[in-house]
Amino acid sequence: MNKRILEMIGGRLAVAILSLFLVSLAVFFITELLPGDTAQELLGQAVTTEAASQLRETLGLDRPAILRYFEWIFGLLTGDLGYSHVSDRPVASLVAERLPNSLTLAAVTMAITIPLALSLGIFAAIWKGSIFDRAISSVAIMLVSFPEFMIATLLVMWLSVYLQWLPALSFIPTTADLHTVVLAYIMPVSVLVFGSCSQMIRLSRAAIADAMVTPYVEMAMLKGASRSRMVLGHALPNSVAPIVNSVALSMSGLLGGVIIVETVFNYPGLAKLMVDGVSTRDMPLIQTCSMIFCGFYLVLITAADIIAILSNPRLR
Amino acid sequence: MTVSTAPRRKIRFQIRPIAAVCLLVVLFWIIVALFAPLLVHYPAGDMVSYDYFGPMSKEYWLGTDYLGRDIYSRLIVGTRYTIGIAFVGLILAALIGITLGLLAAAFGGVFDTILSRAIDTFVGIPNLLLALVIVAGGGSSIPILIGAITVIFFPGCYRFTRSMAVNVNALDFISAARARGEGHFYIMIHEILPNIAGPIMADLGLRFVHIILLLSGLSFLGLGVQPPNADWGALVRENMIGISYGSPAVVVPSLALASLALAINLLIDNLPQRIRDQLE
Repeated sequence: MNKRILEMIGGRLAVAILSLFLVSLAVFFITELLPGDTAQELLGQAVTTEAASQLRETLGLDRPAILRYFEWIFGLLTGDLGYSHVSDRPVASLVAERLPNSLTLAAVTMAITIPLALSLGIFAAIWKGSIFDRAISSVAIMLVSFPEFMIATLLVMWLSVYLQWLPALSFIPTTADLHTVVLAYIMPVSVLVFGSCSQMIRLSRAAIADAMVTPYVEMAMLKGASRSRMVLGHALPNSVAPIVNSVALSMSGLLGGVIIVETVFNYPGLAKLMVDGVSTRDMPLIQTCSMIFCGFYLVLITAADIIAILSNPRLR
Repeated sequence: MTVSTAPRRKIRFQIRPIAAVCLLVVLFWIIVALFAPLLVHYPAGDMVSYDYFGPMSKEYWLGTDYLGRDIYSRLIVGTRYTIGIAFVGLILAALIGITLGLLAAAFGGVFDTILSRAIDTFVGIPNLLLALVIVAGGGSSIPILIGAITVIFFPGCYRFTRSMAVNVNALDFISAARARGEGHFYIMIHEILPNIAGPIMADLGLRFVHIILLLSGLSFLGLGVQPPNADWGALVRENMIGISYGSPAVVVPSLALASLALAINLLIDNLPQRIRDQLE
């Protein structure tokens, strides 16, 4: 690895950390500076000004926002995720309960989506213009247009209500056997796969198609290489960067999907926790959950950038 | 001396059958949104039937919802909320994004660098998450929803406009315009903008789909348009129990949303190849 690569990777990491800092500013001040606060929310409609200001003092809400921002960010860095006044528990314990569930859901989805979407995209590019290609492209454009909640509700109607094959809710008791767990996961994971694979198919197909018109692929063709050899041996290795990027980008879509899916299926994950937090205006919970999601997202985007740098043969 | 301006291209659309169908679907929903008050059968908020989740009938075209309200009328009014909020948000995001994008391309330099870096930050927050944060802070009123859409979607408009404009900015006729002493603003409006208007319109179309899906998703979570009003997403949410009765109340608003989103996507997918090349 040469110095140039290390410099570029260092640059990406610095940008990621700067972004995370700016994101934390945005998250904190959007949730803090707009009218209405936790004190009012906790005490309800018929609240006297004295009671509200007293509670504000107890909670420390009367101090300047900038001071509370630094306390919050320092807390996050040292592992203190704040205290949820609405559910009267530390945010850390709420998150610890839910985060593994969301990670499982996302991991299972990615384990299915990435190989599926990439191979469909690559085969569509190999047989560009064929019926297979057109079918895949049509399906992808349909999936991009359908909202996740529609796919989810239609699946529930068909598989749970009409056929009664699968449970409509994904609440999994700890004592459940493997069979129950698998059944509970089928629908949420399918919805997420449908939602997240279309963009990946389209982008990976486009990336390969772009590489197919380069001089080195033409050279391979003139040497008499077969179409699949041109794609797999020449176009694909040079399209790693855009493909990895497409995978990282569909993470953003996947997160959106997770938020919807956890709500539809009442899945006990972090996204559901956050949506409930928004309904009850549980600010410390919302802030922490947002930072966890943005943190994961930025790590993935940055990892994709770094892989793209490492895969660039011109830098090696 | 004759003064030459940017070459104008005539845009000639060859209409494919599928594009024509999609265009009709889009026009249909626009007309529904515009003339909603004339099309409803009952006031959208009125409980008109004692039959909850009633079936489709002559009286209630699409059946009744969980409170015995006419779904057809609620769907028509919901169209107005979905398309109206999304459209206003799109226009605001486009105005901000395109203006800043043109400014960045025309002026370049430090201004461009700082603006681009600042706007890149927003891309670090996934759309629906940012929407949740904004709604958590500001509540789910319609102005906040429009503001949230604007904040979430102007960075994309900015980046797209800027990248298109930077390419055009490097062409000879821009140098010619600069050489004859035209100002930055003249070049932005008269030289760059007409040459990137086509792809920008197509890009805005794609963004509109993202906006209606995001807005409906938010409403579906109960954090968008609030009762008693409802857009398409909220209609699905409030009738979720109807799933076990196979009620049209759950399916029809989803299908409306899917038909509009699919029509716009297919319409843009069937644009002339020249514009689609520029989109990618």
